[in-house]
Amino acid sequence: MLEDTVPLSHYLMLSATLFVIGIVGVLIRRNVIVVFMSIEVMLNAVNISLIAFDNYMNLSSGQIFSFMVMCVAAAEVSVGLAIIISMHRNKPTVNLDEFNLLKW
Amino acid sequence: MLLKLTCLVPLFPLIGSIINGFFGLKIGKNAVGLIACGSMALSFLTSILIYIGYLMLPEGQHIFEQVVWTWFGAGDFSVDFGFQIDPLTLVMMFVVTGVGFIIHVYSIGYMHEEYSYYRFFAYFNLFASAMLLLVMGNNFLLMFIGWEGVGCCSYFLIGYYFEKKSACDAGTKAFVVNRVGDFAFLLAVMYIFNVFGTIDFSDVMHAAPDKLIYGGEIVTIITMLLFVGATGKSAQIPLYTWLPDAMEGPTPVSALIHAATMVTAGVYMVVRCSALFNLSPMTMMVVAGIGGLTAIMAATIGMAQYDIKRVLAYSTVSQIGYMFLACGVGAYTAAIFHLVTHAFFKACLFLGSGSVIHGINGEQDMRNMGGLKSQMPVTYWTFLVSTLAIAGIFPLSGFFSKDEILYHSLMDGNIIFWGMGVSAAMLTAFYMFRLVFMTFHGESRVDPSVHPHESPKVMTMPLVALAGLATVGGLLGIPLFHGWHILHNWLEPVLHFDLAHALHQSEHMLHEAGRHAPSWAHLLTPKEHNLWIEVMLMVFSLGIAITGIFGAYMFYIKRPDLPDKVTKGQWGYDLVQNKYYIDELYDESIVQPTVEGSKLLWKECDAKAIDGAVNGTAKTIGWFSRQAQVFQSGFVRNYALFIVVGFISLLLVMF
Repeated sequence: MLEDTVPLSHYLMLSATLFVIGIVGVLIRRNVIVVFMSIEVMLNAVNISLIAFDNYMNLSSGQIFSFMVMCVAAAEVSVGLAIIISMHRNKPTVNLDEFNLLKW
Repeated sequence: MLLKLTCLVPLFPLIGSIINGFFGLKIGKNAVGLIACGSMALSFLTSILIYIGYLMLPEGQHIFEQVVWTWFGAGDFSVDFGFQIDPLTLVMMFVVTGVGFIIHVYSIGYMHEEYSYYRFFAYFNLFASAMLLLVMGNNFLLMFIGWEGVGCCSYFLIGYYFEKKSACDAGTKAFVVNRVGDFAFLLAVMYIFNVFGTIDFSDVMHAAPDKLIYGGEIVTIITMLLFVGATGKSAQIPLYTWLPDAMEGPTPVSALIHAATMVTAGVYMVVRCSALFNLSPMTMMVVAGIGGLTAIMAATIGMAQYDIKRVLAYSTVSQIGYMFLACGVGAYTAAIFHLVTHAFFKACLFLGSGSVIHGINGEQDMRNMGGLKSQMPVTYWTFLVSTLAIAGIFPLSGFFSKDEILYHSLMDGNIIFWGMGVSAAMLTAFYMFRLVFMTFHGESRVDPSVHPHESPKVMTMPLVALAGLATVGGLLGIPLFHGWHILHNWLEPVLHFDLAHALHQSEHMLHEAGRHAPSWAHLLTPKEHNLWIEVMLMVFSLGIAITGIFGAYMFYIKRPDLPDKVTKGQWGYDLVQNKYYIDELYDESIVQPTVEGSKLLWKECDAKAIDGAVNGTAKTIGWFSRQAQVFQSGFVRNYALFIVVGFISLLLVMF
């Protein structure tokens, strides 16, 4: 049904574009909330391509897997926001360049 | 079977040593002394039982071997932890356990004031055990265990007063110098294994004439290495310097280890390997030469020493030189005979000197003695008897053994060896009586605050016993005037050597190798025993001894001013008094270069090269780490960038 209207490549282009937007967001933004949102964008970009392939191949596992990704994303959000809050409690900022604790 | 008791003989002292070593402080001095002496006494009694058992062996069997267990095996080579009983072993066992027991008893009195009394007896018993292992082992490796064991105990006991630096140094010196000889001995054992494929004494000695060519290089190398081992343990030139220093130990140690038993281990070993030594005339010549030279050299040094124990130490070196002289001319019986009598009279002399030192509160310098005859009658008389014995006065034991060595060195050796022996005999008589006169006769030069006193009974009784043995010990070897005597007949099964057979085998082997055998016919002419020469030599050596004694009498009793006049400014006297500067020579030529070389290795090789390599590796890795450090900035976004860059480069590589 879909293949008549929109070809697979368009979905993939959309997915890739969203993914690159996410990457760029992660790399250039300093605000940890925005970085976090960019990560969500990347996850959803992947979801789009999963569902597109699923439809194209006439399978259902892609859809199931995209639910899986959403669950993980939800869990990640809860943990990530908690981390961000505790970061903010330690330092009165959410600017990522103020945090360089991830080293030995 | 009484011979089954064999393994108990070294075991008793070992058990005594373990008990005293671990529980000595708890069980008290009396118990320690009782255990130490008791274990030696048990050893001695067991030796007697073994002797009886040996006599009951069937006709024609001269050796009994008891294998306790197989120590290790590799391929068709195996070493047993086994003992052998033969006439030579029995003689040595009696000397070690008998004289050892007497000296143990003496030590109870001598060491009584010591705090670490138990430590002394633990080492002393351990020594006895190791020495018994040495003389009873049935193969070279077991002998080597004993050989190292006695060396180790010697080190412990020389350094007994470990808070004194000189004692520690003396112990180290003895140990290190002995290592030189031990290494040669070990090499010899390896070579023997290489040639014979076994290291059992009886197998090696039995196979020797069939495997080794008379006068060949192999047998010469083996025997030379064995002899170097013997020079280390028995304090012969060039490795004798440790023995005089070893006098830092307590006097009973000097008596048992550094006079009666351990230092004679080299002689025992040479006699035990007589079948090998007989095959190498060159080594025999060297053995006799070194022995004779040592006898004279040590005797001359002994003439100019003032420390009573050092005089006796040089005397020991000199007397062991005699024994090697005897070995070198093939008179093994005479060597063992002298070993036995020497054990008696030298142990008595050392214990006597210990009694003197004990009686005047630790003074050892003979210039601070004199006139002790009346205060210490028992010590004096026993000392005098032993001195007469060592000087070779008829009919004491030393006379017979020394005379036998001199006779054989003339008849089987040559006039040079005999000359060495005779001059050493005269020097011996001189320095021994110098010692007696300076210590017991003349004016008392003892510190007036010290009151000389006779030692307690527990010390004087051993002296009397040893003096008695020194008197009658000669009976073992009273010449029967047809050449040989009791001891010789007794040792005959061990020392039996068929020269004609050996030469025949050698000719055969040379012939098979396509080489020409030299003419050995002259070796086989039987030597006649000449009664008149023997009697004349006896009279002559008696005269020589009396001359030496008379000389000492003139110098130290009649004209006490004479020694100073004669010796003053004489370079020869300085040379002798400073022991020919041999210690200084060794120090300059061996010890210092070793120390300097070690320092060089330490500073240049170890500190710079080895440490440098190790530290350099660490530094290089550290440098790389610092370079890699920039990647680990700790900023999350950097890490994300690396992930992206890595992912992109992966894609580029893949497509």
